[in-house]
Amino acid sequence: MANMSLKETMAGFNFQKIAKDLVVTALLATAIFGSTIAFKTKTAPGGLVLDLRFDIAFYIIAAVVVGRLLLWLTFWRKAPNKASGDILPKGWRTLYAALLAKIAKRFAPTLLVFAIVFPFLPFTDRYLLDLGVLVLTYVMLGWGLNIVVGLAGLLDLGYVAFYAIGAYSYALLAHYFGFSFWMCLPLAGILAAFWGLILGFPVLRLRGDYLAIVTLAFGEIIRIVLLNWYQFTGGPDGLSGIPRPSFFGLEFKRGEGNFADFFGLEYSTIHRIVFLYFLILALALLTNFITNRLRRLPIGRAWEALREDEIACRSLGLNTTVVKLTAFSIGAMFAGFAGSFFATRQGFISPESFTFIESALILAIVVLGGMGSQIGVVIASIAMIGGFEIFREAEEYRMLIFGLAMVTIMIWRPRGLISKRIPSIFLKKKKAVSGDLVAQGEGH
Amino acid sequence: MSAPSPFLTVEHLNMRFGGLLAVDDLSFDVGRQDITALIGPNGAGKTTVFNCITGFYKPTEGRITANHDDGSTFLLERMDDFKIPKTAKVARTFQNIRLFSGMTVLENLMVGQHNPLMVASNFTFGGIFGLAGYKQAENAAIELAKYWMEQTGLTERADDAAGDLPYGDQRKLEIARAMCTGPKLLCLDEPAAGLNPRESDDLNKLLLFIRAECDAGILLIEHDMNVVMGISDHIVVLDYGKKIADGTPEEIRNDPKVIAAYLGVDDDEVADVEQEIEGVST
Amino acid sequence: MEYFVQQLINGVTLGSIYGLIAIGYTMVYGIIGMINFAHGDIFMVGAFIALIIITALGLTASTGLGLMILALILVLMGSMIIASVFGWTVERLAYRPLRGSFRLAPLITAIGVSIVLQNYIQIAQGARVKPLQPIVTGGYTLMQQSAEDGGFIVQISNMQIFIIVTTIVLMTIFSLIIAKTSLGRAQRACEQDRKMASLLGINVDRTISMTFVMGAALAAVAGLMFLLYYGVIDFFIGFVAGVKAFTAAVLGGIGSLPGAMLGGLVIGLIETFWSAYFSVEYKDVAAFSMLVIVLIFLPQGLLGKPEVEKV
Repeated sequence: MANMSLKETMAGFNFQKIAKDLVVTALLATAIFGSTIAFKTKTAPGGLVLDLRFDIAFYIIAAVVVGRLLLWLTFWRKAPNKASGDILPKGWRTLYAALLAKIAKRFAPTLLVFAIVFPFLPFTDRYLLDLGVLVLTYVMLGWGLNIVVGLAGLLDLGYVAFYAIGAYSYALLAHYFGFSFWMCLPLAGILAAFWGLILGFPVLRLRGDYLAIVTLAFGEIIRIVLLNWYQFTGGPDGLSGIPRPSFFGLEFKRGEGNFADFFGLEYSTIHRIVFLYFLILALALLTNFITNRLRRLPIGRAWEALREDEIACRSLGLNTTVVKLTAFSIGAMFAGFAGSFFATRQGFISPESFTFIESALILAIVVLGGMGSQIGVVIASIAMIGGFEIFREAEEYRMLIFGLAMVTIMIWRPRGLISKRIPSIFLKKKKAVSGDLVAQGEGH
Repeated sequence: MSAPSPFLTVEHLNMRFGGLLAVDDLSFDVGRQDITALIGPNGAGKTTVFNCITGFYKPTEGRITANHDDGSTFLLERMDDFKIPKTAKVARTFQNIRLFSGMTVLENLMVGQHNPLMVASNFTFGGIFGLAGYKQAENAAIELAKYWMEQTGLTERADDAAGDLPYGDQRKLEIARAMCTGPKLLCLDEPAAGLNPRESDDLNKLLLFIRAECDAGILLIEHDMNVVMGISDHIVVLDYGKKIADGTPEEIRNDPKVIAAYLGVDDDEVADVEQEIEGVST
Repeated sequence: MEYFVQQLINGVTLGSIYGLIAIGYTMVYGIIGMINFAHGDIFMVGAFIALIIITALGLTASTGLGLMILALILVLMGSMIIASVFGWTVERLAYRPLRGSFRLAPLITAIGVSIVLQNYIQIAQGARVKPLQPIVTGGYTLMQQSAEDGGFIVQISNMQIFIIVTTIVLMTIFSLIIAKTSLGRAQRACEQDRKMASLLGINVDRTISMTFVMGAALAAVAGLMFLLYYGVIDFFIGFVAGVKAFTAAVLGGIGSLPGAMLGGLVIGLIETFWSAYFSVEYKDVAAFSMLVIVLIFLPQGLLGKPEVEKV
């Protein structure tokens, strides 16, 4: 490429085409921003008035056109209108793959060690610790949903419902019966799994996309019920005063006989956060451990087989309804655990924490991570939640950036970050299966 | 010993899709450890018969019975599709191969042994705690998988994704996977489709081996006459959903109705064909 | 009885709005098998564009009838065109690169686009709800209960007449487009078999784009109606309306245009009657439960073709 003459370089461009494209871009941008940015509706006495902002609209339109021109001059120079969504040049891609392979080997253990020492690192303050707890909560939820979506290939858009059931189970059991966190944790999981069975039973016969919409509907139904059953759930006010967890009976409080006193430490509020951090780390690792174990058992293989080809499963004597139900309810169980953790951490829950956007976020973590990949979920959680925090400054632009990032990453890597599948069993040599061969569930 | 009863009897099978009668009052038997071929022109309803036998369609009318050696009988048309391989021991393959393409060859064969392994893992509860009983069962399952990989020549590719295999190997893997369910009757839907002559010879050997060694009968749909005539004990010919002939390969070869069906002759011309054949054979 | 008739009228009005949105879902699903999650937000964008144009034109209830009709047509055209541009752009930038990719990728992208559109409008137009003074007023009294029964009056407002008539007109036009024009033929061909259609010289990409444009245009109409009927919009109306419209599309049998309209009417009626006779809070639960029940007992929907499992 270095000795390419000017003439050849110029031949790479098709001026007419670029000009036409830019005109179209300008027109579209004018329609989009010239309407919604240039005219802002404002409430004024006696009705609405328009706030005219032609200048801002003009700058945005100009930026879009210039941006597109720059894209033409750089990325699309050699391969305009490439069919694949991969926008990286080939050299970068191989480099990326090699880098990934190198990192992949040591990555998981390193990450685990880092996760364990994280609370004791000098730079770790309360804010980072809280962020760590949040990331781990999503890692756990992602791992739980990974069973349903990644392994069994069932598209669940209402996963947050089980998270809510776990949270409310703990809050209500503690409220009405005075159960402790450690008693409620398994109960919340069991209740969520039980609801998974009840909700799953009628709908799991449905094809992929119908299943998605029905699970979404269930998620909404549960949220609406929580919102309106005022006497029982507190409605939109939620439930507060949820008891905090104890460390084997030791409370995280000031005073005698409590955690700090028992271990001869000076009382600090950070103790509880560190404890919560390790609690969610343990729960998440438990989820991972059980999932990995299940993958090597017949039930786990049946989940993956179901994702690959349901009809073939039935021809081999697999009761696909049972296979689906187990995936659905085990996934729900982990959401239940995570939910009761969430309740105890916050001390307050309301239906607002369990909206569809949560389900979408968890699903995005699973898909962006690479379906079925456990480590992918971790990377995606760190990227999404961490990235979300980085843009905290951007305030109202935060969700906009978040959405744009979601779209961009998906177009860049439709199979997710880690798309290779590791076989559950091997005879001689464990070879990763290329993501292109792995199916993504029913209906395609 | 008395003459063994047939393993599978199909009686007055009817299958209707809307206005179309895809299978019309079909009756035939599949003998124990026989290789029975179901042949007929395209669209004759062969795959529909298969789907009825293996429970993917519920027949409009008729009865399909599987008789096991121990005297137990199963009415297949009343069973859920997954119970047919599980309890009635009738396994099948598909015309357009249905492998778990993202899983390895070994994994495919392990999924074929799902039901016994589920029992061995105490329905997951034992397996998750790593009880010894499950480990043994798993090793036995791997052994069985290895056995079938050897018989099909797939040992070298045990850890490769099924979707990576060449076409002929995929066909063989699908048969091996069905055999891992321990069937008494193996239903093969066009196993030789797309195979080259050498591969289809291998297939013949494999099928003869299954019949000889595994105490299993075979019912196959096939267009490759090399396979059909070479190994079948018994042939059933379908045309427009009706049975037009039933007999040994020799009988079928000379049946004028069959020839007419394959050559596309009108009914009233069958007599002419009949005469012609007689003319040739004398 | 009178109360029932009134609720029926209200239900049909609401159902028309859902039905118009549902058509966009059903057409896109039919042609590329994808749940266009952002479609509800295109509806929301359409409502905002309509609001902007109405405010710009300064329409009020006192505008004269002839002028009002002219202005409404202008608003309708304007929001249809601009919403179409949104729909086209979204398809071009976010969905087309993923064509032929894995099923979940476009779904996640669509959720991302939905987040983008909601937050874009929130930033561009503000997070507060936008109230609009009613501009189409008046109506006709159809029935009146005798005074001793409570004197309940059954009314159909001009607004409701406008909504129902517009829906019928648009439905007819779009059905004709699908049935008679070459674009409609191309759409139906792509629905059957995209690869074959492209081999026969149909520009598949353009056909899919046009499907998005048509869906967006109808959603914008629904947006205008929603705005005029309820008089309040905010950046979040797209989600709930979108989910319900998708429910309607599935209920009617996804891929079927009359099915989408019928599904919309059913959802609208259920919601209205449930609110009227049982409880307003649980109206969404009623609509969603209906979806679950229908799918369990009639998985292909009301007007969809039953699917024979191919083995």
